[in-house]
Amino acid sequence: MSGHSTYEFKNPVARWLDSRLPILSVVRAQLVDFPTPRNLNYWWTFGGILATMLAIQIITGIVLVMHYTPHVDLAFTSVEETIMRDVNYGWLIRWMHANGASFFFIAVYIHIFRGLYYGSYKSPREVLWMIGVIIFIAMMATAFMGYVLPWGQMSYWGAVVITNLFSAFPVIGDPIVKWLWGGFSVGNPTLQRFFSLHYLLPFVLAALVFLHIWALHVTGNNNPDGIEVKSEKDTVPFHPYYTMKDLFAIVVYLMVYAAFVFYSPWYLGHSINFAPANPMSTPAHIVPEWYFLPFYAMLRAIPSKLGGVVVMFASIIILFFLPWLDKSKVKSAKYRPLYRQFFWLLVIVCIILGICGSQPPEGAWLRVAQLATAWYFIHFLIILPLLGFLEKPKPMPSSIAEAVLGKDEEAAKA
Amino acid sequence: MKAIIRLFTALGLSLAVITGQAMASGSERKNAEDYDFSFEGPFGKFDRAQLQRGWLVYKEVCHNCHSLKYIRFRNLAEPGGPEFTEKQAKAIAAEFEVEDGPNDEGEMFTRPGRLSDAVPSPYPNEEAAKAANNGAVPPDLSLIVKAREGWDYPWYISPIIKLFKGNGGAEYVRSLIAGYQDPPAGEEVKEGLNYNPYFPGHWLAMPPPLAGEDVEYADGTKPTLIQEATDVAAFLAWASMPKMEERKRIGLMALLYMGVFALLMLMVKQAIWSRIKH
Repeated sequence: MSGHSTYEFKNPVARWLDSRLPILSVVRAQLVDFPTPRNLNYWWTFGGILATMLAIQIITGIVLVMHYTPHVDLAFTSVEETIMRDVNYGWLIRWMHANGASFFFIAVYIHIFRGLYYGSYKSPREVLWMIGVIIFIAMMATAFMGYVLPWGQMSYWGAVVITNLFSAFPVIGDPIVKWLWGGFSVGNPTLQRFFSLHYLLPFVLAALVFLHIWALHVTGNNNPDGIEVKSEKDTVPFHPYYTMKDLFAIVVYLMVYAAFVFYSPWYLGHSINFAPANPMSTPAHIVPEWYFLPFYAMLRAIPSKLGGVVVMFASIIILFFLPWLDKSKVKSAKYRPLYRQFFWLLVIVCIILGICGSQPPEGAWLRVAQLATAWYFIHFLIILPLLGFLEKPKPMPSSIAEAVLGKDEEAAKA
Repeated sequence: MKAIIRLFTALGLSLAVITGQAMASGSERKNAEDYDFSFEGPFGKFDRAQLQRGWLVYKEVCHNCHSLKYIRFRNLAEPGGPEFTEKQAKAIAAEFEVEDGPNDEGEMFTRPGRLSDAVPSPYPNEEAAKAANNGAVPPDLSLIVKAREGWDYPWYISPIIKLFKGNGGAEYVRSLIAGYQDPPAGEEVKEGLNYNPYFPGHWLAMPPPLAGEDVEYADGTKPTLIQEATDVAAFLAWASMPKMEERKRIGLMALLYMGVFALLMLMVKQAIWSRIKH
């Protein structure tokens, strides 16, 4: 972080504390005075939205744990009877938590694609980006295990399908799966360890988010023009400019979230999960939550089980290498006419993968999923490296101030 | 709003016909008949008289085989439900024999139900339920309206239709109960099963539970088959979501509050950013 603030605290107690533990001046430097590019658009508010969603998930989660029972015979009843019917406002906490997961993922996908569009992963922000990928992986693990906890039909069968993926690995596969289950099938030990990890991982997430923000505050924000900050004219203090803009965006986002929580709380889930887990009866379609569908499509697009597992994991691992796969020196798609088109193509491909993931993997759906999976990898492994050489970027302003104020005004001022 | 839903539905159906898309995603079945229940929409509430009639149908007919484990007799008198008076709910509870114990001698005993008791299950255990029903366990009905879907639409229109029309669980219950038919000519009759076009796969173990005139409504409503089916579907919708009215009421307040908050935040943000060019 860029040192402490030179701010002198007027309050003697604050001064006393700060000279012993400079916590106040760190807050001052990082959350109040922090120089932030003046040209950030609303796509940049999703960082604050994500922090809010994490806080909501942790708080509602802690309350749910007070009433939840992690046992195969009691889990479903503790959610659907105790929490949903008997605990005061338990239904509200539960629906906030269940829909909170979805709205966490909506925000994280927008946040990731914003990073892709504006080249936020490029030097000097590679570590910031890679921590972000780790956060994404931790989020997916947390969400998956959380969905198992109500122990409905889809909870149970989702756990069966996903844990079974590891059996695809030769030799070590079966021992790994038994180790994950804590037995010879998905059962009580599985539920209890998922519960334990589901409670642990959000705090790991919070620590990773701290590192993510730390890395952000070393390099400073990227911005829609993808030009590094050169002078004070390029920036505004984080407070009040971005605190207020973020807060406005957060409230608007929470309104959409609230509309689902109060008026369509199980729209994003599966009806069949209102039936208790039954190992003797397999649902007609086992489908994960919507936010896993693109990955589920990739998994099933490959005819071999091991191949599917490898491709699915590779689709995320590949993101770690993105800063070095993209050879273009220009960050923002605003100045990259070709990349911009490929970016939107990638968005469409990911949506198509999501739709494929919700459909049975047969006939045309399978073919489409295979093509889309292929394109996903072509985008990162072939298109991005090539574009760096083939694309002629548009002329760029020399500074953020020039981009915002226009060349003439900037010159007149100087 | 209704017009928009109809438009989308019509659009979806016509697109489906054009593309020859199979309507059913799982086992084949007929979409439940749409019905305007009083509790639909952002301001919808349960019809108290209808829930009371639905409870009667459940108690007299469904309860012979189906449990309702998550409903306690006190719920019948709580706001947002059938809203029987406490006295009525006590009387209803007392009609049931509930197993309690062990007592001081270590013996289990039965006593009349109290408000705090859950609706007793018709069978002592799952094996007994199976034995009495040809091997099929009649599902508990506490969550049935949320656990079932009434309609399937093609993938490209389904998310939008379901966002406005919901999953159709109550409509499914209503259509299923009143929808038993003789199997169409040529359909192979399955021994011990009954034909119903609304059931996925068409053949289900449950025989037609209602025929009309199965109960006598205290409010003078004529107990036709479809009336009984509608009432019990509404009652089961309440049983699945007993906090629905509270949820919608708080939701309205939350959204209004946040709407004003957002507007104020927008004004604050505009005022601050108007200091500089951006």
